[in-house]
This record gives sequence, C-alpha cells and structure tokens, in this order.
Amino acid sequence: MEAQLVYIALAAVFGIFMAWGIGANDVANAMATSVGSKALTIKQAILVAAIFEFLGAVLAGGAVTSTIRKGIVDASLLNETPELLVYGMLASLLAAAIWLLIASRNGWPVSTTHSIVGAIVGFAAVGIGMDAVQWGKVGTIVMSWVVSPVTAGFIAYLIFGSVQRLILTQPDPLEKARRYVPVYIFFAAFTITLVTILKGLTHVGLELKMSHSYMLAVAIAIVVAAIGKVAIARIEPDPKAEKKQHFHTVERVFAILMVVTACSMAFAHGSNDVANAIGPLAAVISIAQSGVIGAKSSIPLWVLVLGGAGIVIGLATYGRHVIATVGEKITQLTPSRGFAAELAAATTIVIASGTGIPISTTHTLVGAVLGVGLARGIDAIDLRVVGRIFVSWAVTIPAGALLAILFFYILKAVLP
Amino acid sequence: MLANMLANIFGTSPVQPLEKHCDIAYQCTKQLNTFFACAVKGDWDGAAAARKLVEDLENQADDVKKEIRLHLPKSLFMPVPREDLLELLLVQDKMANRAKDVSGLVLGRRMVIPAQISDDFLEFVRRNVDAAKQARKSVRELDELFTSGFKGAEVKLVESLIEELDRIESDTDERQADLRAALFRIESELEPVTVIFLYRVIELTGEIADMAERVGRRLELLLSH
Repeated sequence: MEAQLVYIALAAVFGIFMAWGIGANDVANAMATSVGSKALTIKQAILVAAIFEFLGAVLAGGAVTSTIRKGIVDASLLNETPELLVYGMLASLLAAAIWLLIASRNGWPVSTTHSIVGAIVGFAAVGIGMDAVQWGKVGTIVMSWVVSPVTAGFIAYLIFGSVQRLILTQPDPLEKARRYVPVYIFFAAFTITLVTILKGLTHVGLELKMSHSYMLAVAIAIVVAAIGKVAIARIEPDPKAEKKQHFHTVERVFAILMVVTACSMAFAHGSNDVANAIGPLAAVISIAQSGVIGAKSSIPLWVLVLGGAGIVIGLATYGRHVIATVGEKITQLTPSRGFAAELAAATTIVIASGTGIPISTTHTLVGAVLGVGLARGIDAIDLRVVGRIFVSWAVTIPAGALLAILFFYILKAVLP
Repeated sequence: MLANMLANIFGTSPVQPLEKHCDIAYQCTKQLNTFFACAVKGDWDGAAAARKLVEDLENQADDVKKEIRLHLPKSLFMPVPREDLLELLLVQDKMANRAKDVSGLVLGRRMVIPAQISDDFLEFVRRNVDAAKQARKSVRELDELFTSGFKGAEVKLVESLIEELDRIESDTDERQADLRAALFRIESELEPVTVIFLYRVIELTGEIADMAERVGRRLELLLSH
C-alpha cells in the first residue's frame, strides 16, 4: 500500500509538471495567430484556450491516453513484474520532461509527443526486452508523424485555394467574405464536433446512434455559424484603414472565423497532447491499484480532468508570455491564412486523437502552414527552419529513449 | 520554446520594405524639380540644398536595399521567385541613382540650362518624376497582390496602373526627342563642351522614366507567375 501511494504520488507530480509544460509552451501555437491578428485579446485567448483545451482533454483525450498507457508496451509480458512498468512510465515522464528542458534551453524545436513516445519505446526495448515493444503500433505512430503534416498541408492547400477563388480574387472581396465566411464557420464547427462525437466520446462513456451524432453535429454547427453571421454583420468598414490596406475589412471578417478555428485548434491540442502527460500516469495508477496491468480497465475520468487542469494552469501562469511573443512573430499568418492552416491542422489532429494516435500538434500545424504557402498564401517561409524542425524528431526519439533507459535503471535501484 | 517552432518558420516579408524602398526612390527623384528650378535661375545655394536631399534619400534607399537583401536568403520560399523581387529592387534603386548622377553633374559643372529650352526642360524633368511616382503607385499594390495571391481583380488593377506608367514613359520619350532637336538648333551658339554635357544631362534625366518603366516590366513578370 505504502509503495503504491509513492508510485501514484510520483507519477501525479511528474504528470502534472508535464501537463504544465504543455500548457505553458504548446498552447501558444493554437492561440498566437488569433492574438497576433488581433482577432482576440490575450485575456480572451487565455480564456478560450483554457475552456477548449480542457474540453478536448476530457472529451476526446481518452483514446490517445490509452495508446500511451498500454498501446506501446506489450503488458502481457509483465504480469509477473508489473512494477517494471511503473518504473518505466515514471522514467519516461522524467526523461521527456528533462529532454524538453534541455531542448528549450538550446532553442531546439522539439515535440512533446516525440519525446514521450521515444522514452516509452526506449525503456521497454532495453529495460524489459525487444519483445515488450508493440513494434507494429510504434511503426504506425512514426508513420503518422510523416503523414499528419502532409495531410494537414494538403487540406490547408485546398481550403486556402477555395478562399482565394471565392473571395480574395473577386472584384468585391468584402461582399463575398460576408457571404462565404459563415459557411466556413459551419464547416469548421461541424467537422470538429462530428469527429469528437464519433471517435472521442466512447471513452467518456457516451454512445450515440450514428444518425443522432450527425444531427447533433449539424445542430451545433448551425448555432455557431449563426452567432458568427451576427458578428460578421456588425463589422463596418473603416475608411481610414481601407485606404492603406484594401483587404483590411475582409481580414476583419475572417478574424471572426479565426476565433472558431482557434477554439478548434485548442480543442484538438488538448485532445492529443494531454496524453503525453497523463498516459504514463494512467498506467501507473491502474497497476498500483490492481497490482496487475489492467488491460481492460478504462481511464478514470479524474485523470483526464487532472491533465486538463495541469494544461490550464501552465497556460495561465506562463502561457500568456509565449502567446504574446509568438503572436508578434507570426503576423504573416493573417486571419484569411491562419484560419485555413488551423482548420486543416485541427481536423487532422482530432481525427488522429479519435484513432488513438499521438501526433505532434506543432508539426501538423507547420505542415498546414506550408500548405497555405504552396497555395501562394504566405510572403516568406524559411525552408531551412522547416527542415530543422522535421529533422528534430529524428534526434528526439533516441534522446528520449536514452534518458528513459538511464532513469529506468536509477528508479529500479532506488524505489521499493 | 516549442512555440518558436511556429514563429521561426516565417522569414521576413519583403513586401513592406520593397514598397518603402520604392517610396524613398521616388522622393529622391522628386527633389530634381526643386533642384532644376534653382539651377535654371542660377540659384546655386538652393540647388546645393536640393542636391543634399537627393544624396540623403539615395543613401537611405541604399540602406533599405541592403536590408532587404540581407533578409532574402536563398532558403526562403515565396509566392514569387526571389530573383524577380531582387531585380525589382534593383530597378527601383536605379531611379534614385540617376537622380543623384544628374544632379551631381549639373551642380559640379554649374551648368546653366539655355533659356530657349529651359521651360521645356523643366517640364521634361517633371514628367520623369511623374513616371517615378506612377512606378511607386504600382509598387504600392504589392501587399494587395500578395494578399490575393497574384490573381483576379487585383491583377487587373495593377495592369491598368502599369499601362498608365507606360503612357507617361512614352510621353517622356517624345519630350526627350523634342528637347534634343531644340538643343541641336541652338548648339552652334553654345560652348561645345557645354553642349556635350547638356545632351548627357537630358539623357541621364530621361533614364529615370526608363527605370520607372522597367519597374513596371518587373511587376508584370511577377503577375505572370
């Protein structure tokens, strides 16, 4: 009993620390564009992010959490020695956290998802044995790290292409924007809601009939689009700003849409990244409580809530500075561009979350931005930096693995 | 930290700096109106003051030019080829350079424009400055072009601006020919060396409109991608 409490306490501390880090750093990617383009103030952005990150974590975070908890390591080999899995998961959390600290010190573009997956694979392969790793699943995950940015890029390319054709190249872009932006809002709300209902809610214990799911998604999307339409109708052209920048008012209409996609992005991020912090924690809890690896038990809701809360705390304490800094740097991502990138990324991420695949939200978003760039939507993208980002995960996996192996042996020696 | 992943993939946008550079280049040519108005009257103090402004603005244009080049590494991915933007920058810069050359030549030699052709000459200078102004007006549309992805209604607008620029340039060509003819008729009354340099001044001034026209050509190339 004593030992179990120690395990759970340690895992909770590490897990919350990790969630805090995710909230402090990662959430900025979802919200900075809206702040940079003045669609939202910092305060509003924090509030929106807090609500939707939390909702994403709780409503749609279950599948990925399950994958991190028991999808990567084959637990059946550990029935005799479940404590090895506890050490390993604690080691993985520590390793990922330490690696992220090292990376942030040096300004390396590193993904939380990559480091935690690398760490779990590392401790399982070396600490337990090569057979302990579900190589098939790991292969799928690594493949998805290539596929997800590409998919997001492709979707973003199509979305932005349609924006150009329907609105930006027309003689009356403002009229066209007023007409079509509500349609985009409907589309964004519908997609995110539907995927969540179909894929995410089973983990919360909600089961809906297919027809009901679609009806609910359409209903929610109509409500959101109606609110959007009202907000758009209230936008008046500002003649002074129009003189300087002909598309000024058009971008203000898109800013309404940007708010919706920022919510989607925060939701998507919460649904996928909460697992990086609480997946290992969930594993430790289920073992400590039952003494065996509970392959059957579902994730306790309070764990998802804890993860969501950790992210929100990170966001509130430290996230605002990061959002402000990043927002200033990505002014090229105006609302008409930013929404296309975010909608594409959010859709890709939510689908991955529903399927239970941990992917890097930032890489996916970068892929989406490149897609907008290919549609000639961005003034200048530095391909050297993009290259560095995509090389970074090749380094992160072994680094996370090595650190996890190290901590695994230390914990094995120290803990009861 | 991780957020910087997103922030750092954006290079510096060349759009606003290019517009700013073209504006400075135009302001630089604009000083020639004042400069020659003084030179024709023989007010060399006023001319020197105008020439000082020309020099300052030309230096400013050079600084902005260097700044733009520094921020356009080969690794940048843009909607239009980097070379085309650099070429546009080059011809914009040449408008300012010609203004500096011609004012330097006139001030250095204290050249008096003959009274018979001075009015036509001042009008000729004005039209060249108009060409530079129209070039600036066209380049000012760059941000809109980037926003609309170099397609659709915005392209038609820029094309019409460039057509107007071409018309102004043709007008300067005609005036240049008339000026040369007028100078030819009176050149026997003037110092031979002075005459040679007067032809040179007419030629250099006319090159301002030529460069403005080339700004238009470069913009057209951007549109055709």
